[in-house]
Amino acid sequence: MSVESTAARPLWRRLLGFNLLTGIVLGVGGFYLGWYGGHWLASGLDIESLDYFDDTGQNDVAMFLAYILGVIGFLVGLGFANYPLARMRGYPASMREKEDRGISRYFALSTDHKVVGMQYFIGIGLFFFIAGLNAMLIRFELLRPQPNVWPAGNYLTLVTEHGTMMMGMMTSGILGPFANYLLPLMIGARRMAFPRIEALTFWLLMSAGVILISAISFGGVPTGWTGYEPLNLQGNLGMDAYIMFFALVGLSMTLLGLNMLATVITMRAPGMTWTRLPMFVWGVISTATLMLLAAPVLISVLTMAMLDRTINSSFFVPAMGGSSYLFENLFWVFGHPEVYILALPGFGIVLELLPVFARKPLWGYRLGVAGMLGVALLSWTVWQHHIFVSGIDSDLRPFYMLSTELISLPTGFIFVCAMGTLWRGKIRYSVPMLFCLAWVFNFLFGGLSGIFLSDVPSDVTTHGSFFSMAHFHYTIMGGLVFTFFAAIYYWLPKMTGFTLNERLGKWHFWLLFISFNSTFGPLFALGFMGMPRRVVTYPSNLQFLNDWVSVSAFVIGISMLVFLFNLVYSQLFVREPAPANPWGSKSLEFQLPSPVPVHDFDRIPVILNDPYGYGEEDSLVARPPTLVPAGGEA
Amino acid sequence: MTRMGHGGRILALWVVSSAISLPLIAIFLTPHLPPGTGSVEAKGQQVDNEVLTMISVWIALGIFAYFGYVLTAFRLRDADPALDGPPIRGHARAQVLWIVFTTALVLCLAGFGTYELLGGAGGGQGSDPVFKAFSGDAKGTPGDPPLQVQVIAQQWQFTFRYPSEGGFESARFVLPVNRQVELHVTSLDVIHSFWVPALGVKADANPGADNIAYVTPKRIEKLAIHCAELCGLFHGYMFDNTARVVSQSAFTAWAKGMRQFVSSVTHYLPKYHHTYLPDPAFRAG
Repeated sequence: MSVESTAARPLWRRLLGFNLLTGIVLGVGGFYLGWYGGHWLASGLDIESLDYFDDTGQNDVAMFLAYILGVIGFLVGLGFANYPLARMRGYPASMREKEDRGISRYFALSTDHKVVGMQYFIGIGLFFFIAGLNAMLIRFELLRPQPNVWPAGNYLTLVTEHGTMMMGMMTSGILGPFANYLLPLMIGARRMAFPRIEALTFWLLMSAGVILISAISFGGVPTGWTGYEPLNLQGNLGMDAYIMFFALVGLSMTLLGLNMLATVITMRAPGMTWTRLPMFVWGVISTATLMLLAAPVLISVLTMAMLDRTINSSFFVPAMGGSSYLFENLFWVFGHPEVYILALPGFGIVLELLPVFARKPLWGYRLGVAGMLGVALLSWTVWQHHIFVSGIDSDLRPFYMLSTELISLPTGFIFVCAMGTLWRGKIRYSVPMLFCLAWVFNFLFGGLSGIFLSDVPSDVTTHGSFFSMAHFHYTIMGGLVFTFFAAIYYWLPKMTGFTLNERLGKWHFWLLFISFNSTFGPLFALGFMGMPRRVVTYPSNLQFLNDWVSVSAFVIGISMLVFLFNLVYSQLFVREPAPANPWGSKSLEFQLPSPVPVHDFDRIPVILNDPYGYGEEDSLVARPPTLVPAGGEA
Repeated sequence: MTRMGHGGRILALWVVSSAISLPLIAIFLTPHLPPGTGSVEAKGQQVDNEVLTMISVWIALGIFAYFGYVLTAFRLRDADPALDGPPIRGHARAQVLWIVFTTALVLCLAGFGTYELLGGAGGGQGSDPVFKAFSGDAKGTPGDPPLQVQVIAQQWQFTFRYPSEGGFESARFVLPVNRQVELHVTSLDVIHSFWVPALGVKADANPGADNIAYVTPKRIEKLAIHCAELCGLFHGYMFDNTARVVSQSAFTAWAKGMRQFVSSVTHYLPKYHHTYLPDPAFRAG
């Protein structure tokens, strides 16, 4: 196969073509086209029902048109239209858009699952740090009981940007980088089932992130990440950015889930039966199922909100027959599976990594699988625990209390699998293992505080207070972010080919672990002392604890800087080559060289066992994949 | 005494640490748990919080005992001859035991929570509450009918209507002690949440909906009121320190004075109703 060499061309010539630059140019062009088109609709067409937009300077139609055309222009510029257009015109289209070897392949549409994985890693990481910075700015404000840094409106926008970005972008925080990169390697496939859709999910997510940030230039978002109606209706143009952001994230999640499920179902290597799948893959399966089924609900409810804001429908306007409960219910029908979309990949990573570092087979494989699938199933039955005191039909509350507490059973399966795996092991405390053990600690606190929130009388005390805020930071940050870092320290050397500094990793871990608990532990107390969420002021007797929390949060920020330094230092400057199997893992992806070559499997392996045969003699594969990189040279 | 196995030592760790810390927590921590004893409902929630705290600490100690022991005893030592641990892939009896234990615990918790909920627990229950607080004294003689108070939320303050006292509207929340109160919470614009931490009351205020919560204050005291649901720009300022629980006679006197003081404007108010829908022509947007 001949890959046209792009390195020989002059720079200006390389910038022409379908790539990120063209995408940005067409995206900005599409944005202004939609913006002026929308204003022309309101003023030029002289439609009476649209006059109101013109009068108030709140032309939501123009805003949505601008975002939609901007996203379409961005995707066309990246080259997403090429394949369908070529096929419609009867031309054959190549299976792979880009097989460049250079750095430029990361700035364009790529159908290589390894390139998409790295794109996700950088892209998600960028937004993760922006959202984290927002948290720092929130904590700056809460250093004093009275407003001192941000006016109330800016403060709420910060809260919304932090919450929405974390809840939206980080849904793909583990599945994006790690499942895209590793899932085919783990099940013995050469690619994902739908490579072009795989690339689409990434670029949709990136455009969504930029749209959410743009809200600050359109008046901000006053609603928090939940976007409750009718406050949603009151919001100015920034609210449209919120709606557009979450709808695009929902679309990206649906497609990502579809792609993952199709890949696992149809593309497993011979012998890779369901009981031999790695636990990480089971985590991906359960997460992807939830994504595929829950995200469409989100898209629907946001479409209704969009119609309310643009063409004055009244799904959520009580005076015109709508209901604020409709939004709450639909949002949480999505929202509760959503929090498990964030948590489940972490379960998979913990159970995947513990056997490697305890040097023992996974204890209770089927129980672990039952745990993840059970959580995924039960997560559909619990959503009204978010609105226990909202005035829902009160005889439903014991049911939702029971179903919520039942979720602790499958979660307990994960715990007992972890406990059994460590039993009589030879435990090594490498950095990924430390992060997994921290997950146990954090998720235990998150789960136990969850009992308070699931129990209705206790929920009346704690709902909407800092207690619930502490609870979901323990589960999501303690559950997702810690396993996210475990995955980075475990798999990134495999993905980039360069090791991460172990000593800096340990510094990062201990700083993060201690400051995390020092930040969110006192929030339980603050909640118990009566501090509501999302307030810009608070009683002055709570200042000491709030200052303590703020300072601890800044230490979290410092620990992230340590990580960033480690990443840049060891990957760009030291560049110590990573061995093929640094952890002595038996999993399939570690049988390939580091970094994984473009053509990963020259021969599809035949699987004989699950990858947890530590202390056992049985071999993993009958035909090991070729260990020589053979991509371009073959 | 024979030498203990690993399991026995972990169990001993759990039992000893529980035996030391649970009584300490019961004595020093749980009496200070919110929401306190300001009302019948608050007391119920406090009992609930106490029980859950004890159970949580007990479970956490068990998990910590296990992990603390296992992570020290089974760490890789330099002199270890074998690289890998024994290939144990499961233990049916341990798994069944775990499932039975956690299921029993969860069912007990749910049963306990439902039992505690029977009095209403101070939470908003919608327009047709099932769990009504018992009104009357301990001997079973029915007491006075509950005092109705309507809580009207709007951006960014709560006001209160007393329909049985002439239907006047007050910016100040005043309740009589030892009398059951039926709160009707509603909103004029967006969703708010009426939260009185000391009384253990929390009920969302939805536009066009009537959300009922019951509370029986037990103590004459000053109250703080917060909005507990993000309601827009000045949500953080939507609190009020002027609320009071007063004696029965003081309440009657206050209501009488209030009725006369605002009588000139009361008849401009809309007729008392469970909800007040705004005119669609002035809808937000």
